Amino acid sequence: MDFTFTDDQLTFREAVSRFLMTEAAPEMLREIWETDTGRSPELRKNIAEQGLTALSVPEDCGGLGMDDIAWALMTQELGYYAIPDSLADAAYVAAGLIAALPAGTASREDWLGRIAEGSIRIAVAHPVNPLVADANPANLLLLAHGDEVHAVPREQVEVEPNPSIDLSRRLARVRWTPAASTLIAGGEAGRALWAQTLNRGALSTAGQLLGLAQRMLDLSVDYVAQRKQFGKPIGSFQAVKHHLADVATKIEFAKPVLYRAAYALAHGEAGADARVSHAKLACGEAAWLGARQGIQVHGAMGYTWEVDLQMFMKRAWALDAAWGDRGFHKARVADAILADGAALGPGHTFEE
Amino acid sequence: MDLAYTPRQKAFREEVRAWLAANLPREPLASYDTREGFEQHREWERKLFDARLSMVIWPEALGGRGCDLIEWLIFEEEYYGAGAPMRVNQNGQLLLGPTLIEFGTEEQKARFLPRMASSEDMWAQGWSEPNAGSDMAAITSKAILSADGTHYVVNGQKTWSTRASYADLLFGLFRSDPASSRHHGLSYLAVALDAPGVTIRPIQALNGKQAFAEIFFDDVKVPVENRIGDEGQGWHVAMATAGFERGLLLRSPARFQYTARRLVELYKANREVADRDPSIRDAVIEAWTGTEAYALAAYHTVGRLAKGARIGAEASTNKIYWSELDLKMHETAMRILGPLGELTGDAPAAVEAARWLDGFLFAQAGPIYAGTNEIQRNIIAERMLGLPK
Ligand SMILES: Cc1cc2nc3c(=O)[nH]c(=O)nc-3n(C[C@H](O)[C@H](O)[C@H](O)COP(=O)(O)OP(=O)(O)OC[C@H]3O[C@@H](n4cnc5c(N)ncnc54)[C@H](O)[C@@H]3O)c2cc1C
Repeated sequence: MDFTFTDDQLTFREAVSRFLMTEAAPEMLREIWETDTGRSPELRKNIAEQGLTALSVPEDCGGLGMDDIAWALMTQELGYYAIPDSLADAAYVAAGLIAALPAGTASREDWLGRIAEGSIRIAVAHPVNPLVADANPANLLLLAHGDEVHAVPREQVEVEPNPSIDLSRRLARVRWTPAASTLIAGGEAGRALWAQTLNRGALSTAGQLLGLAQRMLDLSVDYVAQRKQFGKPIGSFQAVKHHLADVATKIEFAKPVLYRAAYALAHGEAGADARVSHAKLACGEAAWLGARQGIQVHGAMGYTWEVDLQMFMKRAWALDAAWGDRGFHKARVADAILADGAALGPGHTFEE
Repeated sequence: MDLAYTPRQKAFREEVRAWLAANLPREPLASYDTREGFEQHREWERKLFDARLSMVIWPEALGGRGCDLIEWLIFEEEYYGAGAPMRVNQNGQLLLGPTLIEFGTEEQKARFLPRMASSEDMWAQGWSEPNAGSDMAAITSKAILSADGTHYVVNGQKTWSTRASYADLLFGLFRSDPASSRHHGLSYLAVALDAPGVTIRPIQALNGKQAFAEIFFDDVKVPVENRIGDEGQGWHVAMATAGFERGLLLRSPARFQYTARRLVELYKANREVADRDPSIRDAVIEAWTGTEAYALAAYHTVGRLAKGARIGAEASTNKIYWSELDLKMHETAMRILGPLGELTGDAPAAVEAARWLDGFLFAQAGPIYAGTNEIQRNIIAERMLGLPK
């Protein structure tokens, strides 16, 4: 029993953090926000060069074969730096779905190889999300038709952009016609793939929300230490301190929930749905509190376009309802704990 | 990350489970806030000790089993999961115990720890004074070293000392340098409560029982061998105790997970009534998510400790978290019970012998004792986040 990360995992996280710190400074986010596509080929290229697109791709397809636990760390960094790129959608969520297809499925190895080298953008359209993120710049879309999974080239779909308040998110409604040629899985297999995909999408979002919460806390701490009123830093006032202490506490108790969920996914545990939903709820709440207290302690500055806080708040507000809103995830937790014979109470945190 | 228990850990769990199944008291013990209940709990502690289960994390030489913290969490899970009695001597065992292990002399450890493990000695805590609550550095009770250096003479008053009316000894902070102020010049002493000059006046708590007491010291002689840590270094030693109190030790996750399980059961048995207020279902779900999060945080911390990390100001996030969670769960239970919630254990119509009511009353104190939650938020802001004083 060891519920901690290995030194390798922590070193990996640190390396990602150092890389993103220089590659994705807030000024750069703003520049990317202003572009039509909202995406920077340059940034994607650098990310791929770091090998980050290859994380989840199986080793025999040119990847690193890392699991959901690595992504629990990686996505926090993506959130912390509010990376305006759907990296996790392609490199984690889509890679997971494609890797789970039976070996020999047409194009499987080709797609995985291209994910690994960073030369393909894949948008994932799970029915829980009414709009599809990054449908426009995608090369390939994974689309649902009932239980069926279709892999549809961008040329075969019609895309109607739907702007979000978070300019890092590029959402679209997608119109398409299912065809036998695009079908990659159906029936029981399709249902299972979509179920796993939903959990990965939710875990990825949860990790990003937690990273965002930490970023908003850090920005707020910096701000209140430097801004003075009544002749003192506002961070010396207790009301301000307590707002931020509450955010710190929320984050502290969301982290291990995220890690437990990642482990449940990586090990295909039967109770993974409830674990992932719990993580999504805990991380979403931490992020929303981070945003609320963040804007409060920034005063009017927090209500401006100019101060960086806004970029993180908007992302937090948006992601909270992505890959299942709170009602969806609460219902999944409720189903698990209110079920007859549910294993509750002490001693069931790890063993099912 | 490997979330499977080892065969040794599983065997230990089985052993504890089997022992509890065979040995749990058949009838619930009386409240440990009464003399009668206190002594019943002392007997129970003795039984645990004889099975070397009272302090599993202590070395075998001290009556423990040398378990690591994971095994300790397992023990707690089995213990609270079985609905076993509350631990009457935990202020000694879980707060003073580790302090002695860290700061005590070999002689003190030998003298105090085994009797603490067996609960032959029951310990009360003596920090608070009438004018030193949250501001503990305002302590004025004095301990002046005798000219021959053999003993301290203690004068002053302590208050809110849990179950001190029934306890044998007290540990706490006293001002040993009368010219000192604030955190300086304090010494950490163990005082026998039957020593001449000690007067104990019980205080009736919210539940009507003598759950805590005021203690008056008039020229009480305390042997110098009863000072824990160096003269004048009491604050430093006490902060370690406070860390144990806020952190994992005093409030392991299992007792809260047990409450959450009972709450889910209560809700399921009363769904028709409870669901008239949809926010109750939400609160029941949050009892599970909240207690699971707390348990997960404990395992994560224990793992980090095993790798050499130390618990710092995060202990304060624990204190806030468990106390607010416990309060919320009991509030939810009271809302489910509705008009039956107010009934005491003496009422024939009371539900579950009014256990929820007892818990609800005690939960009110959670955000106050062990350093109020406002003080914890100050600590988090200043020491974890680095905000200015
Ligand atoms: C059930 C129970 C058991 C206890 N057992 C023991 C025991 O065994 N031994 C022992 O020594 N003590 C014990 N205590 C006492 C406990 O440690 C104190 O109650 C606690 O430290 C608070 O002190 P106080 O009651 O004097 O409240 P005060 O310090 O007067 O505080 C009153 C209110 O003011 C707030 N406040 C005070 N200062 C600040 C500040 N700087 N910033 C923000 N808010 C502030 C507090 O948070 C609180 O809300 C126990 C208390 C309870 C309720």
